[in-house]
Amino acid sequence: MKRRHEKLFLRVDPILCDGFGHCAELAPDIVDVDEWGYPIIKDAPLDARRDASLASANLAVRGCPRQALWIERIANTN
Amino acid sequence: MSAPVLPRVLQGATDRPLTLAQHEAMWGQWRPRRDLLDELDRAGLTGRGGAAFPTATKARLLRDQHARKKFVVVNAMEGEPASHKDATIAQSNPHLVLDGALSLATAIGASHIALCVAREKASMVNHFERALRERERRGSLGVVVEIHTPPGRYIAGEESALVHWLDDNETLPQYRPQRPSILRIGRAPVLVDNAETHAHVGLITRWGAEWFRSIGTAQSPGSMVVSVSGAVTRPVVLEIALGTPLAEVLAAARADTDPQAVLLGGYGGSFLSAEHLSTPMANEVLRPLGASVGAGVIVVIPRAACGITETHNIVRWMAHESARQCGPCAFGLPALAEDLAQLVTGGRDAAAALTRMSERSDVIEGRGGCRHPDGVVRLLRSALQVFAADAHRHAAGQPCAYAGRSRFATVPRLELENDLVWE
Repeated sequence: MKRRHEKLFLRVDPILCDGFGHCAELAPDIVDVDEWGYPIIKDAPLDARRDASLASANLAVRGCPRQALWIERIANTN
Repeated sequence: MSAPVLPRVLQGATDRPLTLAQHEAMWGQWRPRRDLLDELDRAGLTGRGGAAFPTATKARLLRDQHARKKFVVVNAMEGEPASHKDATIAQSNPHLVLDGALSLATAIGASHIALCVAREKASMVNHFERALRERERRGSLGVVVEIHTPPGRYIAGEESALVHWLDDNETLPQYRPQRPSILRIGRAPVLVDNAETHAHVGLITRWGAEWFRSIGTAQSPGSMVVSVSGAVTRPVVLEIALGTPLAEVLAAARADTDPQAVLLGGYGGSFLSAEHLSTPMANEVLRPLGASVGAGVIVVIPRAACGITETHNIVRWMAHESARQCGPCAFGLPALAEDLAQLVTGGRDAAAALTRMSERSDVIEGRGGCRHPDGVVRLLRSALQVFAADAHRHAAGQPCAYAGRSRFATVPRLELENDLVWE
């Protein structure tokens, strides 16, 4: 499967997540926090053409103290 | 011998459970069935634990797993405070549940059966233990059957929490981003089904799909055991044909036939207003109304009751029952309960609480590791819809006469935070 045929999503494991909030700081346009400090991740796929979006998602993944984030690749069916 | 119409799984419900001899006199001897999964497919049996997932589909998924060791788990935890169906099945015919578990174990090639009963429910544990001893005295069962007694918290009956307990002694749900997912004990795949589902499988093994479909609707065939409580003469457990109108079920349960609303499914289910009482108990009709038969819980809320107070009681307890693993559930549900408390008293903050709780519901939904928070959100949303008029009066500072005193949906006493037992 070629890269352009997949969609990328930032995902969080809610059980691992302890609400440190680093992700919201590292990827502010993808991650929002709720009133208790836990991440709300935008449902839209990461924009791979916009370098900043994917790069900040990667930063969030690496910056999570609980290792609760990952980037999921979903094959584009159409 | 001809098969009885109804009750099916509750057949023989007397003061004591059927012995193996009585069970066989009533239902005939159990024999494994080679085409069981196809028969289950034809029967259209769906899980009776609440999710109504097709039993055959789930069993096939497990049959196709190649593993040396596989488990069949009978989920008789019954953490729903308003549900007593599994306990009633255990005290009428525990052998039927064992039949179903043995049938499924043979069909998927499982080597182990784990029968899970909450440790607080001593009589239920007894009934199953006695039934199992009777079986073993008869001869080898071909599989290892063990009775497990996890702590009986609400969340302990959630399938991933139950499997987690069997695997690692913790009744905490597991996060499963991919669905359908296969739960495992060690590396062994696990098939989890509700005790009532197993009992139906035990009957389908004997009587086949055509018999099973002889009652119920085309899309929801068969029968279901429901627990009716709330505004009733006394709480009862009944076996009904799926598709029976709700009003008929209420009449059969000698419940208030002119209620304000009913709570359907369970404490993570939804309220249905009285105008829908003619609705048949079948998911294909209830789903468009935002409800489902769920685990067969029916709580009747009479006109002399406060729906907001009932919802508050349930949500507060459900918040307490959270495993506290995920932020949105651990913090969000108590926040919802707090908002509801303010709406109940109709104080200065009540109107703000009303808007806040629907905003918070949107934030919480879908963000837990399991479906526990989603169930609470579903319940709350349906309550705000069904009891809308009352909610707005509460918000305007005029709570109804029953506010704070209504207790039809019963919940257990809240335990001290330090007394919570997960293992």
